[in-house]
Amino acid sequence: MDSQVDSASQVIELDVRTDEMLVNMGPQHPSTHGVLRLVLRTDGEVVSEVIPHIGYLHRCAEKIGENLTPRQWIPYTDRMDYLAGMNMNLGWALTVEKLLGLQVTEKCRHLRVIIVELNRIASHLLGLGAYGLDLGAFTPFFYCFREREKILDLFEAACGARLTYSYLTVGGATHDLPPGWVKRCEQFLREFQPVVDELHTLLTTNAIFIHRTANIGVLPAEMAIDYGCTGPVLRGSGVDHDLRRDGEEFYTQMYDGYAFEVAVMRDGQYPRDHKYPPVPSQAVLGDCWHRFFVRMIEIQQSIDLVWQALDKYSTTRGSIGSPIKLNQKLPKGEAYLETECPRGQMGFMIVSDGNSAIPRRVRARSSSFCNLSVVKELCQGVLIADVPAIIGSLDIVMGEIDR
Amino acid sequence: MANHPLIEQLQQKFGQGITGWNLEAIDPWIEVAPDALVPVCRYLKEEPSLQFNMLNCITAVDYFEPDPKKAKKVDFEPHLELVYHLWSIPNKRSLVLKVMLPRWKDDQVGQLPEVPSVSCVWRTAEWHEREVYDLSGVMFTGHPDLRRILLPEDWEGHPLRKDYQFPLEYHGIRCQ
Repeated sequence: MDSQVDSASQVIELDVRTDEMLVNMGPQHPSTHGVLRLVLRTDGEVVSEVIPHIGYLHRCAEKIGENLTPRQWIPYTDRMDYLAGMNMNLGWALTVEKLLGLQVTEKCRHLRVIIVELNRIASHLLGLGAYGLDLGAFTPFFYCFREREKILDLFEAACGARLTYSYLTVGGATHDLPPGWVKRCEQFLREFQPVVDELHTLLTTNAIFIHRTANIGVLPAEMAIDYGCTGPVLRGSGVDHDLRRDGEEFYTQMYDGYAFEVAVMRDGQYPRDHKYPPVPSQAVLGDCWHRFFVRMIEIQQSIDLVWQALDKYSTTRGSIGSPIKLNQKLPKGEAYLETECPRGQMGFMIVSDGNSAIPRRVRARSSSFCNLSVVKELCQGVLIADVPAIIGSLDIVMGEIDR
Repeated sequence: MANHPLIEQLQQKFGQGITGWNLEAIDPWIEVAPDALVPVCRYLKEEPSLQFNMLNCITAVDYFEPDPKKAKKVDFEPHLELVYHLWSIPNKRSLVLKVMLPRWKDDQVGQLPEVPSVSCVWRTAEWHEREVYDLSGVMFTGHPDLRRILLPEDWEGHPLRKDYQFPLEYHGIRCQ
């Protein structure tokens, strides 16, 4: 085993004899973020092996998709990553549009950027707040939820739902934004900006938080790629890869004309477009702190993107287009598309025979599924108290893993 | 057509291992014989000019029509298709590999078809293959730990097969 064992085992007094013990963590454990069961093989305080058991939230989404038309399946995508429903809607809508060869209007493109980037902020806020909670920091959770609530209010005004939206759909969105929404959104962004700095004070530079996260669960870049980790987990390990910039053209064209810098450490430096706190000396690239910090930067990045999108949306003439018919016949073929969701790359696939409106096969490639698979490597030889810190830093959502 | 040199390169290296391709599809794909799958994948990952270092997804598609009336009209032979979506982070490009399998091994219903596991090339394949085994019923030979992942260990059948019959009850729980 690696060096972490050596440093960790010093904690145990040498004259205390410990036996190996299997500890069941979950499926009803608050810091497993849903119904995840981990079997920990422990020797005293040190974890020698972690076996994740998933599937408690399996709802046969893919099988259901084989019996519905693509637009009817949109509500099921909401319920995968239920913290980022808009991003899921978009991923599936774009995949079907790729199969149909459909382009949305310019106005709709900007509308989509506003909506998914707002949802990214909301999702990261919950992820970061809950992460603080995992580590015993209770206050940041309230700060995060207060702001997230305002975003949910905006979504409620736009589509009537607060969690499972089914708003972005194949061919556009169900309706345009209501009058006055853009003003409300600008107001929110102005109020939210100072809160980001507060969060940096509460967590990023908090000495206890740094102690709990720095140099814990270090994920080397090669291992991250080998395990298919994506999103902030991959970028936290220093891999410069963001589908919004590097993905397929069918997806990246949505961000044409937008200026943003990928949140990753390049040559030992994070982007410097804003004033971010310095990286603490204890932190090692790929540890929990870096994964957390990448999300913090992405919140700022999304704020900038929403500002740009609001401006473009307001100045673009035309309509947002209309969704396809519920029973539109699908052409023969198959399409696969990955989009950058808050938790990583979410891929959808659709296979159609070409003689009905119902696809032969739908597939959802979940980002959290791959991000979780690396946990058995990260949790080797760590202390039991660090297991929630590592799981929390991966920011998993069980609805997406089990589908 | 951008993939053309790649197919020539692969054919030169693997000959009969590359059994077909379609470059006109929305996502152009290359068909690989099951026996050649692992060497082809390893080559695609390790060749410095290709570097397909990320396996995004493994999907099994069941081409089968359970309704005998409709089955006469379909334009395919019953088979299973495994689709591998690869991505190269350094080159920012994707590649789709396909492997055609019979629905059942030796045409004996219940005998799962076999294909070599690529978990020795990409570790992420370990969980993806467990999922395909669980839901679509494909046996991956050489997999270190092939057991169900989403469904309970004692579940019967593979739900994403088109001829799957939902059980009447499960441990005393009525299901239908």
